[in-house]
Amino acid sequence: MTYEFLQQYWWFLVSLLGALLVFLLFVQGANSLVGSLGGDAEGRRLVINSTGRKWEFTFTTLVTFGGAFFASFPLFYSTSFGGAYWLWMIILFSFVLQAVSYEFQNKLGNLLGARTFQFFLVLNGIVGPVLLGGAVATFFEGSNFIVAKENLVDANSQLSTVGSPIISQWANASHGLDALLNPWVLVFGFAVFFLARILGILYIMNNVNDADIRARASVRLMGSTIAFLVLFVSYLVHLLLKDGYAYDPVTGIISMAPYKYLKNFLEMWYLLVLLLVGVVLVLYGIVKEIISGQKKAPDANLLPLTSSNIWPVGIGVVLTVLSLLLCAGWNNTAYYPSTADLQSSLTIANSCSSEFTLTTMFYVSLLIPFVLAYIVVAWRKIDGKKLDKEEIRTDEAY
Amino acid sequence: MEFLYNLDDSMIEWSRAQFALTAIYHWLFVPLTLGLAVIMGIAETCYYRTKKPFWKDVAKFWQKLFGVNFAMGVATGIILEFEFGTNWSNYSWFVGDIFGAPLAVEGIVAFFMESTFVAVMFFGWKKVSAGFHLAATWLTGLGATISAWWILVANAWMQCPVGCAFNPDTMRNEMVSFAEVALSPFAIDKFCHTVISAWIIGAVFVVAVCCWYLLKGREQKLAVESLKIAAIVGLVASVGAALTGHQSAARVAEVQPMKLAAMEALYNGGTDQSLTGIALINPFAQPDYENEAEAPLKIAVPYALSILATNDPHGYVAGINDILNGYTKPDGTVELSVDEKIERGKKAIAALAAYRQAKFASSDDGSTAAAQLQVLQENMPYFGYGYIRDKSEVVPFVPINFYAFRVMVGVGCLLILFFMVVLFFLYKKDITAAPKWLHWAAIVMVPLAYVASECGWLVAEFGRQPWTIQDMLPTWASVSNLQSASVIVTFFIFLVLFTTMLAVEINILLKQIKKGPES
Repeated sequence: MTYEFLQQYWWFLVSLLGALLVFLLFVQGANSLVGSLGGDAEGRRLVINSTGRKWEFTFTTLVTFGGAFFASFPLFYSTSFGGAYWLWMIILFSFVLQAVSYEFQNKLGNLLGARTFQFFLVLNGIVGPVLLGGAVATFFEGSNFIVAKENLVDANSQLSTVGSPIISQWANASHGLDALLNPWVLVFGFAVFFLARILGILYIMNNVNDADIRARASVRLMGSTIAFLVLFVSYLVHLLLKDGYAYDPVTGIISMAPYKYLKNFLEMWYLLVLLLVGVVLVLYGIVKEIISGQKKAPDANLLPLTSSNIWPVGIGVVLTVLSLLLCAGWNNTAYYPSTADLQSSLTIANSCSSEFTLTTMFYVSLLIPFVLAYIVVAWRKIDGKKLDKEEIRTDEAY
Repeated sequence: MEFLYNLDDSMIEWSRAQFALTAIYHWLFVPLTLGLAVIMGIAETCYYRTKKPFWKDVAKFWQKLFGVNFAMGVATGIILEFEFGTNWSNYSWFVGDIFGAPLAVEGIVAFFMESTFVAVMFFGWKKVSAGFHLAATWLTGLGATISAWWILVANAWMQCPVGCAFNPDTMRNEMVSFAEVALSPFAIDKFCHTVISAWIIGAVFVVAVCCWYLLKGREQKLAVESLKIAAIVGLVASVGAALTGHQSAARVAEVQPMKLAAMEALYNGGTDQSLTGIALINPFAQPDYENEAEAPLKIAVPYALSILATNDPHGYVAGINDILNGYTKPDGTVELSVDEKIERGKKAIAALAAYRQAKFASSDDGSTAAAQLQVLQENMPYFGYGYIRDKSEVVPFVPINFYAFRVMVGVGCLLILFFMVVLFFLYKKDITAAPKWLHWAAIVMVPLAYVASECGWLVAEFGRQPWTIQDMLPTWASVSNLQSASVIVTFFIFLVLFTTMLAVEINILLKQIKKGPES
């Protein structure tokens, strides 16, 4: 295994985790709609219990995504997290609130009341996808930072009263919130948000056996789909037409390249295939759901109680996001561009771990299929019988 | 660019405070998770073997309480992971090549196991077979324990960095041996001591809940049977914690002598050292270790410190002043004075700067770079001291270490006695008719055990100040460049958030206990 191969491999793994994370945002998507999907208190509880059996997968994937990024591209970890401080902190706050809300919302003595904790779930359902999507958009749009490794040994800074040998600096005082001033970051963030809603709706249709919720979900699907398509297509067109950040693999020098991402898709035709297959699967699943919903629309009771369209859409989402993230980092592209200092931009070559660490972690990563296998087994066991109001009343539930 | 270099002291202190806050809160929830995992696992195993519904109720009852506590551990844990990036970004670059790996392994190997099977444990009672459910319960606990392993590997590495080498071309430390990092003796000791101490917390918690039921005269069967499990786990764990604690202290003496000196308030060391039982030290001020011979009103056990640190009553233990001024170890090696280490650290940093300059300059034929590299390598062990401005900075705050160590050891000894008394009443007398003071004592032991457990971390973390990585990087070279206002705001958001959620959790736990098991 060459060093270059390991860098590509780890970018692939991090991208795959990112893609899985976006799929798993169905938890947030459904939570953001808990009121309108659930209807009354019992319905809301049903929706919360449905996502409540899966939230830990999303959460754990987020943690593992962080850990894997740290181990494989530590310079990104230090530059982005330390620099875009507020962006990441708000994401973290929202996930902390979510983690406790499931367990606490319906418990006796929870002090703040069920509605407060349900509000936290809605809050995380909106803030989480928008900001995570926004953070991903900065891979294409760039961020305002400077990396200067010489700071570590810069006598002038080091001998000042407190010393500042810090290598990564954010070049403005807003620490990441500046990203939200870029309209394209918002377009992408909200595209991810509406995508999460589509996934959430389809997940609930798959997981909850309840005619009323099914009917309400059907109604909400159309709106989210239109919003998503408008935002996503706009961003995709913008991305394919925009200049990108390229680097010379020999010298490491970074330069602006016109139509860089379009070129990436053309030069890496397999990513284009991945993207197209992904988008087609997403559209196929949604259209199929909408058609079957409209056929039976006059009478909600005629609908099949659960639908499995989450699967083509889910797989499509993973493929689409994977192709976008790979396009951001492969083919000599700077995946975390700096708008403050072009040469500070991070590439998979200049920000990665040592060859030894990447090799070691390569062997650790061989365990991932095993982990996926037991997740599938456990998921199927728990999902064998679909969730309904009867189960909430008689079995263990949040 | 000038403004970028204006780090202020208060930002560093607030970053430390925020990390400490998160870690302290995290450690309120994690030991209960680890400890209850063992006890509910044993209870469910009893159900699996006897098939008696009673044991199912017992297992489900403790699992319910486990569930209330579980989410907070997870929520505070994610913050800790990301804070390495958000607040300690320079650290994350400087050693991320080594430090990132255990965190990633933790996610892949342990955390997924824990979070996958915890869902089966909670919601699977009617959906999976009894055997699968039992496996899920144990795998939840095993996942949590493996998770602790990797996190403690990461922490141990900061205290005793091994298996790495500095690379002047990338300006960071890089891993050279994964086995040395993952199986470092320091990590093994830390893991054993920490996880075993977590079992004590689980046991104390269960004993207290059971004793409360006995006080109220209800749930007697559940209480007595759970007590039998918890008291044995508690006694084994508290004796185990003492033994592993001894092992940890010996390790600290070896690799972090300053921490040991601070824990003991040992200003001037030597051979035949006695272990201070108690002494009068102002809790709010650093003692005048340079001029005082020893802490006032010291009551000590002769030879005990030498035994603790070296397993030899006549062994040599270095004091604060010895470490500051340099000393000769029993094996003849000379430990440099801190002033000299600072000098050599600065040399290392200057050599690194010169090396980089020579490497990038076209005029150099390679000889200057090679010469500077030589200087760098000779002085590399003291690299971190190059960031130290005055030798007093390498002395941790003595009172916190001194008192926290004593509280931990004192309560630990008390717990051994306590579990023995509980077992005596369980097996030789009738615990349901035991005097009320015993039941009340059990309830009082809960906060005491938590305080002792947190004190262990105070010693571990305050004792290594100012180093984020021992001898390699002090806190002020590890931080992110933020405005202190930002960190102050996030600190208080976390404080309010965690405190509110802690209050909610305690209240829910109390209500659940009051409600009792459902059958």
